[in-house]
Amino acid sequence: MEQFAPVKRSKDGQPVRYLIVDDSVFARKNLARMIETFGGQVAAEAGDGLTAISEFDRTHPDIVLMDITMPQMEGIEAAERIVQQHPEARIVMVSSVGYQENIVAALQRGARHFVQKPVKPEVLYEVIKYVLGEDGAVSNAAGAGA
Amino acid sequence: MKMELIQPFINAADAVLSQGLQGSTKVGNLTMEEEAYRRKGVAGMIALTGDIEGRIILDLEPQTAVRVASHYAGADLPESDALIKETIFELANQVVGNAISALNDQGFHFRVHPPLLLTAEQGDKTSEDTEALMILFETSMGNVFMNVALRYSKRRMADHAAARA
Repeated sequence: MEQFAPVKRSKDGQPVRYLIVDDSVFARKNLARMIETFGGQVAAEAGDGLTAISEFDRTHPDIVLMDITMPQMEGIEAAERIVQQHPEARIVMVSSVGYQENIVAALQRGARHFVQKPVKPEVLYEVIKYVLGEDGAVSNAAGAGA
Repeated sequence: MKMELIQPFINAADAVLSQGLQGSTKVGNLTMEEEAYRRKGVAGMIALTGDIEGRIILDLEPQTAVRVASHYAGADLPESDALIKETIFELANQVVGNAISALNDQGFHFRVHPPLLLTAEQGDKTSEDTEALMILFETSMGNVFMNVALRYSKRRMADHAAARA
């Protein structure tokens, strides 16, 4: 898999920490591999919206990658609940269902961005940099490059 | 079966497979299936309800399924690995998700149900109003079969009839 210039946290230079939420083990593994190529760290994983809320409270990740269609509680509702408790939460919806109603609903309820599956690593990388804004810094590590 | 319903699924499968498998994908034979569905290998089925009803089956021959799942996992997987089923489910989800995104933008609304693993060798026979189309995708890792059986819901057809009246 392609390597990207690592994105670190501006405040302490540490890897960006991610919470991956998807009911598919395959999708979680795939996203985790991408995150590694971005120089990030998986803080926790969850397979449904309810677990995502508790894992967010437990790990306080820098970014949440959240699927939409999941058992127990869907991703948009979980995103809304997390943002209500943690307005600073940065949630990126990652779903194969990318129609306008879904995207608008997710953004209105607190998500910061939307990436459609199948996820292109270069697209997710750019979205993460955008969502982190000044809180993220691309380090010029030797040998890395997008 | 209306081709306008099928084409978004063909386009989505072509895009998902060619991107995911990082190689060109060729759309092969299209055949109508009137008999009961016969599973080829590892098959995931997703049901749709709403303005359009029916189901999509993504079916990979056993060795193709292993090769595809191993490709995504970045490691050789044994045929028994649970990740193989998960991979087929996720591919089916991506195909259906992308297709219904296109159809939703045309005004169709759906509910997508979670994928189910087909374990029986033979499925239910399709009925006259949900005849199935089998599409073959030739990929660098082997053949992928997609079986699509969809129809307009009665409510949607009634709406169309009312609009024409």
